[in-house]
Amino acid sequence: MSDTVKKEKSMILQKEMIGGLFKELGNTKESGKKVVYTFVPGNLSELIRSFDMLPVYPEINALQSGMRKMSGDYIKEAEKWGHSEDVCTYVKCDIGMMLKGNIGPTGEKIPDPDLLLLSYTGCFTFLKWFENLEHLYPGVPVALIHTPYQENGEITAEMTDYMVKQLKNDVIPKMEKVSGQKFDPDKLKTILQHSADTEDLIAKIFDTTKNVPSPIDAYFAGVYYIGPINIGFRGTPEATEYYKELYKEILERVRLGLGPVTPEGEMEEEKYRLVVEGPPNWTSFREFWKLFYDMGAVIVSSSYTRVGGVYKNGFRHDPDRLLESLSEYCMGCYTNLNLNQRVDLLGEEIQEYKADGFLVNSIKSCNSFSAGQLLIMRTLEDKLEIPVGFIESDLVDPRYFSYSNIKNRLESFFQMLEQRKIMVD
Amino acid sequence: MKRFYLGVDLGSTTSKAIIINEKDEIVGRGITNTRANYRVAVEIAKLEAIFNARFYLLKKQLGEEIEKHPEFGKYIDDIEMAFQYLQFKKRSDIFHSALLETANQTYKDELKNNIIQIIENIFTKINPLLKTEFLEGSLASSNQFFRDIMSEKYNEEVEKLDKELFEPMMLVYDKSITPVENEMVDFDFKDLLDRSVALLKKKYSNYANKEEVSGSFNAEINILGGNYEKVSDSLKKHIDFIAEFEFHIANMVGTGYGRALLPFPEDSIKSEILCHAFGAHAVFPDTRTVLDIGGQDTKAIQVDKYGLVTSFNMNDRCAAGCGRYLGYIADEFSISLNELGPEALEAEKEVVICSTCTVFAGAEVRELLNVGEKRSNILAGLHKSIVMRAMSLIARSGGVKNEFTFTGGVARNQAVLKYVSQMVTDSYGSDIKINIHTDSIFMGALGGAMFARRASLKNNN
Repeated sequence: MSDTVKKEKSMILQKEMIGGLFKELGNTKESGKKVVYTFVPGNLSELIRSFDMLPVYPEINALQSGMRKMSGDYIKEAEKWGHSEDVCTYVKCDIGMMLKGNIGPTGEKIPDPDLLLLSYTGCFTFLKWFENLEHLYPGVPVALIHTPYQENGEITAEMTDYMVKQLKNDVIPKMEKVSGQKFDPDKLKTILQHSADTEDLIAKIFDTTKNVPSPIDAYFAGVYYIGPINIGFRGTPEATEYYKELYKEILERVRLGLGPVTPEGEMEEEKYRLVVEGPPNWTSFREFWKLFYDMGAVIVSSSYTRVGGVYKNGFRHDPDRLLESLSEYCMGCYTNLNLNQRVDLLGEEIQEYKADGFLVNSIKSCNSFSAGQLLIMRTLEDKLEIPVGFIESDLVDPRYFSYSNIKNRLESFFQMLEQRKIMVD
Repeated sequence: MKRFYLGVDLGSTTSKAIIINEKDEIVGRGITNTRANYRVAVEIAKLEAIFNARFYLLKKQLGEEIEKHPEFGKYIDDIEMAFQYLQFKKRSDIFHSALLETANQTYKDELKNNIIQIIENIFTKINPLLKTEFLEGSLASSNQFFRDIMSEKYNEEVEKLDKELFEPMMLVYDKSITPVENEMVDFDFKDLLDRSVALLKKKYSNYANKEEVSGSFNAEINILGGNYEKVSDSLKKHIDFIAEFEFHIANMVGTGYGRALLPFPEDSIKSEILCHAFGAHAVFPDTRTVLDIGGQDTKAIQVDKYGLVTSFNMNDRCAAGCGRYLGYIADEFSISLNELGPEALEAEKEVVICSTCTVFAGAEVRELLNVGEKRSNILAGLHKSIVMRAMSLIARSGGVKNEFTFTGGVARNQAVLKYVSQMVTDSYGSDIKINIHTDSIFMGALGGAMFARRASLKNNN
């Protein structure tokens, strides 16, 4: 029972944080706070916060609309406006939501942007997305950083320099203008220290899956765990507080030898441990999750929970290298890693977390995630001789989630793992 | 007691059943078309497999005797043929009554009487025709199902009628065929056997009485014609034995897209991907890549040396490029599925046809016919396009490694086979061994039966 109470504490904290943020967003007219629209990968939340501005993440709004079964209508609205069926469904959902009054997940209206900030250009769709937002919000300033791809699997000093220059010459002056505040390095330093603390905790939390049974599901529950940092709380004391609490709860689960919590209670038997690549489907998130926990499958690591930052490889925001560390963060985001880096990262985790299989959920409309996934899968299969599986769905377009087909493939995949276990035994 | 194991593969188009013995050898096969009532489809396939297995046991028991006396083999084959005929006849009689009943309920007065008379005429004509085709022709071994045979014969007759009668006759047919197909009909092996023996006796006594036989007569029939009574007597005790043999199915496994609906316990339901791979690997142990093209799924499967799946890839968004695509095309051309492949093989070239959508392909076909393209060339293009889609799935699943085995209902189509062999060789080299088996459609059921045997052994241990 005590476990349930503690579990609730982190959830209550998270709910309060998110509720508070949307309230603040609904109140910007009175408070005069400025609003920056930006994206999760390579986000500069710390910099935004240092100017006392509030971030809004359109793709988070889109996924929440998906979970609340509203994305279908929003997408229809965007298609009516002229977007083709093949356009990223996050974009269409977000634009549809804006066209329908921009009401956020808590029922409050999301304020219009005062600045559009694009700090990761690895996803070409982001550029096009902002072009559309410019049309929807004429006259709003746009700050855009070109983020070099880690083609050779490393961030060089030149790459960092190039990024820092863009921050200094373009982003910061625009932020100063929009917010009416001077850039304050000391303030940013404090914020980055909070970020580093939070990031330490997050790395530890996702590392608890090395326990058998794993105390958490690092994909389906994982998306809730990364919620606070992906919605703009990185760099705040509240975030550190939340992750401290969450880590404490998880450690208690480890101590008691408990498995992960699912929407239908605790998972009783851990039968398969998986590493999953790719974002989940949001429109049928619960059904999708259920297909796994019903079969006793727990995800011990997922690449998706790294979209807000790859901390496994040691990256932390550094209060002593302000703009350099922000730049490195942008360039270190998961989809900016080259395929070899992604293979290495996933491969390490498959081994470290003793995974029985590797599964790809490929997203129809997300090129930045999906490109190369088959190659990643093949390489891991050959290198580690691990059973692999491949399913396809979509982010928030309910038309592209075929329950029976996905179930059929997952059943085959799990039976494949089981057969292998029997043979190995 | 001898133990046997059953595998049932409930596919989208056909339902297959396989019975194996304790050495994983196939002893019985059964197949029927999948219909709305899955239970009936499965029971029919299963019953056919059990009957087939009894005949297998009979032949096995006779062993060398059959080699010494080819007339024994012929006699047993004939009995199996008569068996199929008698089962067909029983369902056909039910269908006959159902048609009359439907006509009675649907129409009135003169039209009704007219229709009833036509139905009677049709059956008076086709009954003896079907009997001859079953017992003396090749209908029993033609892989055609009740619905196919019936619709072909019925349509042939109805097409000759006046236009105003065509519609009501087809309506009566459509309303009656499905309930009849979904009805379970009981058969007793011993009863069928006695009636088959009697039927054959009549058939051969006719031959024996004929002084001259035509050139098409084969030697075995000649032997049997004169020796019929003798052969029948010497086999009687063996036949009685298998009729009374208690057939013990120790365990069974169901697979296929309709597997969740099978009346089997949960742990006896297996994914068709595992079953197809396991079956194909059992027949060709060096297989590392399996391609299965079924009714609505194409699966490219990689297996390890134990026959276990290491990865697989399936068509995701559309069933174009699967068996149903061919079925649709056959309908477009008003020819039977079995005729598609042979005609495609006569092509001079392959017309390029899109395979992303079955219905669109249909539109393309009409357009091509319109501009005067030869039917065989269009068919060749359609077959090629199916294989091209399958090749893309193979590539996605990791390519062809070592031996390649092609399974599923579509593997029976010679034109598909031709393009599969061609394209596998082109893409992966001419030293890749390509396996096709006459039982390719049964691989899923075979894998299921093998899993059933292993599960049973494990439980007993």
